[in-house]
Amino acid sequence: MTIYNLLPELWLLGTICALFVASLNGRRGQPSWLPLVTGLGVLAALLGLPAREEMLYATYQLDALSQFFKLLISFGFAVVVGIGAGKKENEDLTPDYYMLLGLSAWGLMLLASCVELITLYLALELSSYSLYALIPLRGQDRRAAEAGIKYILFGAAVTALALFGLSYIMAAKHTTYIAALAASSWSFADAPLAVLGLMLFLAGFFYKLALFPFHFWCPDVYQGAKNETAAYVATIPKLGAVVVLVRLAAFVSPHMEVTNLLAVLGAVSMTAGNLAALVQRDLKRLLGYSSVAHAGYVMLGLAAGSAAGLSAAAFYSLAYILMNLAAFYVVCVVARDGDNPGLDDLDGLYRRAPALAMILAVAAFALVGLPPTAGFTGKLFLLSAAWDQGYHWLVIVAVLNTAISIYYYLGMVRHAYTGESDAPALVLSRGAVVFGGVLAVLVLLVGVLPAPLYDLAAMAGTRLHP
Amino acid sequence: MMTDNGFPVVTALIVLPLVAAVALFFLRQERTVRLATLGVGILECLLAVPLFGYAPAGPAFQFVEHAAWLPALGMSYHLGVDGLSLYMILLTALMLPLCVLGSWTYIGKRVKEFHFCLLIMTSACIGVFAALDFVLFYVFWEAMLVPMYLLIAVWGGPRRRYASIKFFLYTLAGSTLLLAAIVAFRQVGGTFAIPELMEKTYSFKFQLWAFLAMALAFAIKVPMFPFHTWLPAAHVEAPAAGSVLLAAILLKMGTYGFLRFCLPLTPAASETAAPIMIAISVASIIYGGCIALGQSDIKKLIAYSSVAHMGFVTLGIFLFSVSGVSGAILQMLNHGITTGGLFMMIGLLYERSHSREIVDNQGLGKFMPSFMFLFGLFSFSSLAFPGTNSFVGEILVLVGAFKGNVWIGFAAVPGAMLAAAYMLRLLQRVTWGEPAAYKPSWKDLGTREWVTLMPLALLVFYIGLAPALAIKTIEPSIERTLADMRAKNLALGLTKDMPLAERMRLPASLTVAKAADSTRKELP
Repeated sequence: MTIYNLLPELWLLGTICALFVASLNGRRGQPSWLPLVTGLGVLAALLGLPAREEMLYATYQLDALSQFFKLLISFGFAVVVGIGAGKKENEDLTPDYYMLLGLSAWGLMLLASCVELITLYLALELSSYSLYALIPLRGQDRRAAEAGIKYILFGAAVTALALFGLSYIMAAKHTTYIAALAASSWSFADAPLAVLGLMLFLAGFFYKLALFPFHFWCPDVYQGAKNETAAYVATIPKLGAVVVLVRLAAFVSPHMEVTNLLAVLGAVSMTAGNLAALVQRDLKRLLGYSSVAHAGYVMLGLAAGSAAGLSAAAFYSLAYILMNLAAFYVVCVVARDGDNPGLDDLDGLYRRAPALAMILAVAAFALVGLPPTAGFTGKLFLLSAAWDQGYHWLVIVAVLNTAISIYYYLGMVRHAYTGESDAPALVLSRGAVVFGGVLAVLVLLVGVLPAPLYDLAAMAGTRLHP
Repeated sequence: MMTDNGFPVVTALIVLPLVAAVALFFLRQERTVRLATLGVGILECLLAVPLFGYAPAGPAFQFVEHAAWLPALGMSYHLGVDGLSLYMILLTALMLPLCVLGSWTYIGKRVKEFHFCLLIMTSACIGVFAALDFVLFYVFWEAMLVPMYLLIAVWGGPRRRYASIKFFLYTLAGSTLLLAAIVAFRQVGGTFAIPELMEKTYSFKFQLWAFLAMALAFAIKVPMFPFHTWLPAAHVEAPAAGSVLLAAILLKMGTYGFLRFCLPLTPAASETAAPIMIAISVASIIYGGCIALGQSDIKKLIAYSSVAHMGFVTLGIFLFSVSGVSGAILQMLNHGITTGGLFMMIGLLYERSHSREIVDNQGLGKFMPSFMFLFGLFSFSSLAFPGTNSFVGEILVLVGAFKGNVWIGFAAVPGAMLAAAYMLRLLQRVTWGEPAAYKPSWKDLGTREWVTLMPLALLVFYIGLAPALAIKTIEPSIERTLADMRAKNLALGLTKDMPLAERMRLPASLTVAKAADSTRKELP
């Protein structure tokens, strides 16, 4: 076991320790070195990409999948820090706020590498606990307190469910190693108890992913939490959920009970999410329901369960965090005094901040899945994988959902470009514009030239499904 | 990247406007922006000149460019030109400088962004016509929606919000199923490359579903009769240049889609659906004509006439005869020239009288003789007067119709008569009607406006008087497409009077099924 291979995790841990030290002197505001350090963290994760190792009695595994997701997590964390960097005057964004964010991201990094169910559970809890503390942190806002309670109660209930499921799996299969579990049969006829347990265990991750019917917390929490916290909760924890689901989906094959459940939940989730989003006026609630729909799209790849499907799911989660971070970036900037922006606050954005309107348009069209954006390529891979495995109905439901979703995403663009408003111009610093512009360009670039990143995702997929 | 002949012509045509669009952001003055875009437009036309070297007797696809894009999934950057797309690409390139000139004074706000949208549109439209990879086609097909939406939503008329969102929702909703069809073709055909997909035959059941998914997308874009409601709204609200692009290029994508995908990929299903498609086309012709007859808004009248004209195109396509299809392609080109010219002129008229109502624009013949000369020319072309371009296209379609089935011919003829009725009514009132109120702004055409309209006017005469050249270029591609179609249907065992239930049981021919099996394996 070489320490060098653990560079991404260690770097983030070091950042967290440094943040802890910085929090001791009671200074407010984001430490000025933080963006640079998290940026280097992305570099560290990039260097860690080729690491392959098994450690800690084979419970902790560095493989293509885990390293790919570690890269995504460190990138997402850096972007959230970058978004916060634009809010120097905000009193709430203290070093310990970032320390908690970092701890949650660290837990997710560990989660990406766990290949044993109990370790996996511990990593999941590690990432969740700091979120429980983070969500109510919003000045004296009552909505934040409500959101915090909802998140904890929901989370605790679902965790209990997942643990209960774990006990069934252990009882039926006598092992908690994913590799050993993958080797045995997962049809309901052969192992009814284990299949039931697996379904319950998966529920814990459906909750993180905000998949129907575990999505009820999602719009409320996004709305209640601070904009920056919402930007984090909406993106990075979903990566953790996807990576585990990808690992677990690898040992079931298409058209089994578990896979069909995934497909049905996916179909219901995208439809319910999109329909509910149609009537939202609050931007964060809208994005909340949209993320429910996107959780449904990811299920296309997981239900397909093939190497192509799993790589498509991994690639889609990359596209998902890119476009959502771009959208949340706009939300955070548009919000005055950290309040929740509504659709009407976007009115006339075109005049008030042309660059911001452009970034919003790119993000919204990517979320629709319009080419040439990352959202389109991601969806294309998912559809193609699901169709190849015979989930024709699911593909048709998914494309019809695109038609539903266009209305509300286009609504954002419509408000920005054709709405009239007397609100004063938004003054953005050059750095903020460049930061948002880079996000938007990445969304386009991954859409136009997906090959290098898709190959990384494909490596992860084929590793699970040789 | 692999190219046929050294210089990547088509890529240059696509990339030049893109690069120019980005470069626009670094220009300050409005006049410089206009001049720069005009320069790019002229350069684009010059770059398109090598396409005249298209050899009709040569290989099916020429100017082919091929580069890896995402090999893991079988996607590639693959462009090429054949007789079906050649004139569409030329028309698109031609429209760019004309649109810039036509909006020189029409567009007064957000000039830079307007030209940005025009450039992106041009690039995406050329991409649609040149793409030989199914995904690449879809990328361009959808990418074109955004600039068009912005053209209507930002620079449009009073009801622009409604019109733009209707346009976007309608066309996007239609093309979502096209994506499912693309994915399905990859599974059975093993690739996204259109030329390779064309070589295979598919089981009838698959063809039928794929045909329906694709036909919905294309029929909305054309638009065919029950799906046409977005068109008048979009046309009326769009700025002049937007209307020109919409009429001249966008609508052609639908009919081009039928020719490029439905006929070669789903020949048996196309043959089965032909009677219905012909019936809808005839309905479009008659319905569009009747509604146009009752319009009081000039732009709406032309918009409905577009529905009728595009009806002739789809009618020609689904006759599956050489004269029908070549008439259809000519008609696509002609409609672009004629209706493009008409919309351009309506834009000029609107600048002068700030109204598009017929009653506000009566009796212009006395005040603007040369304007009325050109308007009359395009109107006569629109009603397919002999000697003008549309006559050639329409007569070919009608000949094809009468050859195919006398009744279809008789059903389509009233459409041609209706066209004469509504266009002459418009022309008579606008030229000789009693002026409701004389406006001092009714000035005759200026030099810039002459320059804008002359190329189109010349093309009206050129194609009208010497159509043989154009027909000769496109005919080999049409013959090839139709021959392929017949051969595939024969191989599939499709006969004329086979009931649908029996057709549904037709499998893909054996050799092909084997080839598909080997590629059906998981990618990567």
